Amino acid sequence: MSDEFILEMNNISKEFPGVKALDDVTLKVRKGTIHALVGENGAGKSTLMKCLFGIYKPDSGEIVLNKNHVEINSPIDALKLGISMIHQELHPVPYRNVMENIWLGRFPQRKYGPLNFVDHKKMYDDTKALLKGLNIDIKPNEKVANLSVSKVQLMEIAKAISYDSKIIIMDEPTSSLTENEVEHLFKIINDLKKRGVSIIYISHKMEEILKIADEVTIMRDGKRIGTWSASELNIDMIISKMVGRDLTNRFPKRYNVPGKVKMKVENFTSSMPNSFKNISFEVREGEVLGVGGLVGAQRTELIEAIFGLRSVQSGEIFINGEKVNIKSPIDAKKHKIALLTEDRRLTGIIPLMSVLENTSIANILKYIKPNLLLDSKKMRNDVTQAVEMLRVKTPSLNKVIKDLSGGNQQKVLFARWLLTEPEIFLLDEPTRGIDVGAKFEIYTIIADLAKQGKSIIMISSEMPELLGMSDRIMVMCEGRLSGIIDGNKATEEEIMRLATRFIA
Amino acid sequence: MRTENIKKTTEFVSQNFIYIFLLMLIAAIATVNPKFLSLTTLRDILLQSSTRVIIAIGMFCILLTGGVDLGAGRVIGLAAVLSASMLQTPDYARRFFPNLPQLPLWLPIAIAILAGISVGLLNGIIISRFSVPPFIATLGTQVIAYGINSIYFDLPPNNSQPIGGLRKDFTFLGSGLIGSIPIIVIIAVIIAAIAWVVFTRTSFGKYTYAIGGNRQAAEVSGINVKLMLLLIYTIAGACFGFAGVLEAARTGGATNNYGFMYEFDAISACFVGGVSTTGGVGTVPGVLAGVLIFGVINYGLTFIGINPYWQYILKGIVIVVAVSIDIRKYLAKK
Repeated sequence: MSDEFILEMNNISKEFPGVKALDDVTLKVRKGTIHALVGENGAGKSTLMKCLFGIYKPDSGEIVLNKNHVEINSPIDALKLGISMIHQELHPVPYRNVMENIWLGRFPQRKYGPLNFVDHKKMYDDTKALLKGLNIDIKPNEKVANLSVSKVQLMEIAKAISYDSKIIIMDEPTSSLTENEVEHLFKIINDLKKRGVSIIYISHKMEEILKIADEVTIMRDGKRIGTWSASELNIDMIISKMVGRDLTNRFPKRYNVPGKVKMKVENFTSSMPNSFKNISFEVREGEVLGVGGLVGAQRTELIEAIFGLRSVQSGEIFINGEKVNIKSPIDAKKHKIALLTEDRRLTGIIPLMSVLENTSIANILKYIKPNLLLDSKKMRNDVTQAVEMLRVKTPSLNKVIKDLSGGNQQKVLFARWLLTEPEIFLLDEPTRGIDVGAKFEIYTIIADLAKQGKSIIMISSEMPELLGMSDRIMVMCEGRLSGIIDGNKATEEEIMRLATRFIA
Repeated sequence: MRTENIKKTTEFVSQNFIYIFLLMLIAAIATVNPKFLSLTTLRDILLQSSTRVIIAIGMFCILLTGGVDLGAGRVIGLAAVLSASMLQTPDYARRFFPNLPQLPLWLPIAIAILAGISVGLLNGIIISRFSVPPFIATLGTQVIAYGINSIYFDLPPNNSQPIGGLRKDFTFLGSGLIGSIPIIVIIAVIIAAIAWVVFTRTSFGKYTYAIGGNRQAAEVSGINVKLMLLLIYTIAGACFGFAGVLEAARTGGATNNYGFMYEFDAISACFVGGVSTTGGVGTVPGVLAGVLIFGVINYGLTFIGINPYWQYILKGIVIVVAVSIDIRKYLAKK
């Protein structure tokens, strides 16, 4: 292995409002090697790479490239310095063709006197040669909207390589690829390595990392845990270093006793090609069913489909043993199902409306008087009750909800759904972006609801939360159900293994 | 084999819906009055549509980025008044500038276009540097442009009187013929041709599509999106300014209310012509077809003697129906 560091990111810190995303992280990459970056969701891997590519500006720290200190303020700077990136979220321009997507920002030009035109022929030939060299079977003039997700990902890989960069960042490059395509990508990566290109490789897939990486840097909670040579590591070691943290008393005691089956989901299959397939499970009265998995495991898609927000190709839902037909959130509400969405700000709160209005909005029809006006007194009473029960801290019910803390906003959303008197709660990342103290209060609310006999399905990407709160844990991987395990006996390693079960 | 053919036909119809619609419209009017199909009709429709083409092309650039310009009409009014006020015949009784010497034709035109460029540049700065949504930014600047225009128009001795008595060499631009083709039509065709080349053959045009199609993709591909937006709004401003000049030349006068609401005609023409409401999709020929559809409705309905107020109702129906059919190409199920 080369001793020469082509890239040093020294002591990088980055803070977003309320979160320390990167805390004094150092990453050193050797020339002509493959350096894997691993960590749980939210560990800060993508943030670190976005700092390197000029999408984010770090609050402190320095970037040294080829022993020179560099300033990277935009992707333009990064590309000029010989750094290219395959982004985790794909960035295609859907209604343009493949070659325009690949050469976007640097179309080949042809001069006619003083005028510059795009040289379509050269662009076509270059694209064809590039794709042929990489053995990727896509037509240069195919419209990107017509490509499958895996082809789009291959196109983005080809694009990143076409910059002839010295460093290529690959953020989850295989998330949509088939096994054969992954093998193919590895061949490409090894060729690049031979040519002296350095690759920073982010992946959740442990086998992949051990197979391809020379060195591995592990991150957790925005901090660097350490860097090891890949040959010193095995899967168990990586996982334990990724998740290793104490689990003392972060969860309330639970007194729920799961009763009879409340809801049964059978053979749920999405109408989208790359989404969930053949999911069957049940949840009991008074039970918390945790749902684990990596980003992209299609958990949100599944529960949104149960709630009638997404269409399914096949599948049935039984509530209290009876088959029900849920085609929209209105149907779901009728069957006493409530959904707390993943993105509180985007699909939960109505930021500029008051706590009172936010709480009552899902149930407002109940308060219409015969004269068509709202019974504000009754509404206020009910809201006050719900808000007090959940211990929402707000100076008054008329306070605008965006001024409340994340935890209190989430409690208001619980209160909103409590007013509709649901029996089944679908919770999507209920403690995301909430500080530790408030998390405990949310956990207490969940435990109380279960104690009252409500059924709860809780998606969480935080292992301790899944282990601490769930009676059973259902783990998904790539849209498939990879296993349901007893929440009291499960371990993080077991969940992680199930969450990567179908990944090559 | 037969289903294959049907599939191909539906595909063809849905991809070329807008052109087929235009032909159907002409056919329908010609059925009522066959005299509609004549060179005079064609020339009149083109004559009436030519300034609208230039405005629609300016608007097209902006809509492609996912933005909008609500101030086009007011910029047209400003440019019309500016150019007309400096291009009156020396012996006209109520001259805007009684003692103004005879200026070379290009100078007042350049000044008027420059005014359009300034408003466009201002829009571009507000939108790209201060991240103000284009809807709001242009809503604000259009009122400013109207205010400035009205103050200018109200200057003594004009005192808000319509400006008339324009020089022959100026009005020739708007109503003159070369052979039997109106000059203004030739100008519109040239501008449309330039736009077509820019949007199919140059990096600038393709970057514009990319910005509207996926702004993040454009950014991470190293495109200076802010600079692009600045340029696009400025170029659009130039188009609106030039359209204002031609509008004054064509009608032989100007008031501060010239161009009022023209932006809505331009936006309608673009959307009917297949430009996506969210940006990133659209073609110059589509926009031309959109403009012509409204031109044919205007002229054709009058031609067959239908109460002009029906035009509004038909236009409204066309906008909604055409876009709802066109948008089916892009609808995807969740």
